[in-house]
Amino acid sequence: MDVFGVFAQFWPELLSGVGITIKLAGLGAIIAGFLAPLLALVRVNGGPAAQVPLRFYISFMRGTPLLAQMFLIYYGSGQFRPFLQDIGLWNFFREPFNCALLAFVMNSTAYQTEILRGGIMGVPHGEIEAGKAVGMSYVMSLRRVVYPHAYRIAWPALGNEIILLIKASALASVVTVFDLMGQTRAIFQKTFDFSVYIWAAVLYLCLTAAFVWIWRRFEHRLSPHIHGKRPSLLGAMTKRETA
Amino acid sequence: MLELFSFGEAGWGDQLLQGLLVTIQLALTALPVGLLLGFAAAGASLSPYRWLRAIGTGYTTIMRGLPELLTLFVVYNGLGLLLNSIVSSWNPDARVELSSFVAGVIALGLVFGAFAGEVLRGAFQSLNKGQMEAGKAVGMRPTQVFFRIMLPQVWRFALPGLGNLWINLLKDTALVSVIALDDLMRMTQVAVRSTKQPFTFFLAACLIYWALCVISEIVLARLEKRANRGVRRA
Repeated sequence: MDVFGVFAQFWPELLSGVGITIKLAGLGAIIAGFLAPLLALVRVNGGPAAQVPLRFYISFMRGTPLLAQMFLIYYGSGQFRPFLQDIGLWNFFREPFNCALLAFVMNSTAYQTEILRGGIMGVPHGEIEAGKAVGMSYVMSLRRVVYPHAYRIAWPALGNEIILLIKASALASVVTVFDLMGQTRAIFQKTFDFSVYIWAAVLYLCLTAAFVWIWRRFEHRLSPHIHGKRPSLLGAMTKRETA
Repeated sequence: MLELFSFGEAGWGDQLLQGLLVTIQLALTALPVGLLLGFAAAGASLSPYRWLRAIGTGYTTIMRGLPELLTLFVVYNGLGLLLNSIVSSWNPDARVELSSFVAGVIALGLVFGAFAGEVLRGAFQSLNKGQMEAGKAVGMRPTQVFFRIMLPQVWRFALPGLGNLWINLLKDTALVSVIALDDLMRMTQVAVRSTKQPFTFFLAACLIYWALCVISEIVLARLEKRANRGVRRA
């Protein structure tokens, strides 16, 4: 075992792996983050025709292993190859990165939808009525009243879900994506030096720790009335005392 | 279509069933390992000794931050290398192979234990102190206080969290197919290789996992109902 030698030799590979991991988890979380608020609204207010398929979707996504979902998309698409070639989507499904990303988006959408549903249901009804009373339209009360409060409630749980997604992105290495886990496995197969796993563990811990820090910062920004002083992302540029 | 899943020579029904049994065995073996580790971690992070607390929180924090797949490879490759170096220091010609089942049980148990440690710590912390003092006051021994007053309530507080962890554990067993254990996931891959019907078979595997999770949820709901009998609802 040569802990520092391994890093000195393979740091470019490891760092490029970190880049792919960030890209995979970040894109997955962001795309799911656009879909989830709409679906959560359907889960709260939708009629049964929209509710039933959505509940099945969410239950399926939460009740099956992500690895199986990824295999279903990556290998499963091969069964429909002629059809996918006809409609010009085969190039998309041929890339393991795209398939892994699609699986993460579909999976994370299900989890984020349920989290946001809880957030929306936690908004006190009086606030919505107050919005109506001052003449807000439905869309405006969503934008000004429901979503801001729902996100404040759901923020910590959303953070947990994204941490799970960062960790789950390691699965992409199984379908030959060279993310941090993929690079680590490749390096271990070359060197049989166990310390590369230690570096991978350190890098994953750094990734999640950095994410937790950023997420907390945003949480303070979202609800300054709860957290008191308002820390700025660029450091304490303005010093404002809250009464 | 259906003959693909029939039993016997023609179909893959019996292979999938075999894989399913391995998956269930793996989950049921990792569960007690994880629960024990969880109780140990909760006890350590609540202990009056600082070094024990450091070990407890260190274990739960680090293990919860690592991808399960990484933990699995660390255990499978790392423990394998370690065992071999120990054995070869005795007998240079001997080699041992860590079975993928054992590696899977250890890795899944370690992950379960880290999360369960946090769930159980929360449960122990929400116990009512007065009840323990009352137990002492009527002359119960510490073990009696633990088994008669603390444990039943910890069970009640921790059950929802532990239930979620069990479902995660069931799903995480699929990872062990990557280190070549013949679980449901891997038997599905074997079937895919010879039938060239990946979507059909992976969908079938997903449906089987889904069924396992739905059954677990039903059982857990019953357990929760039972654990909460006699408790006034808010």
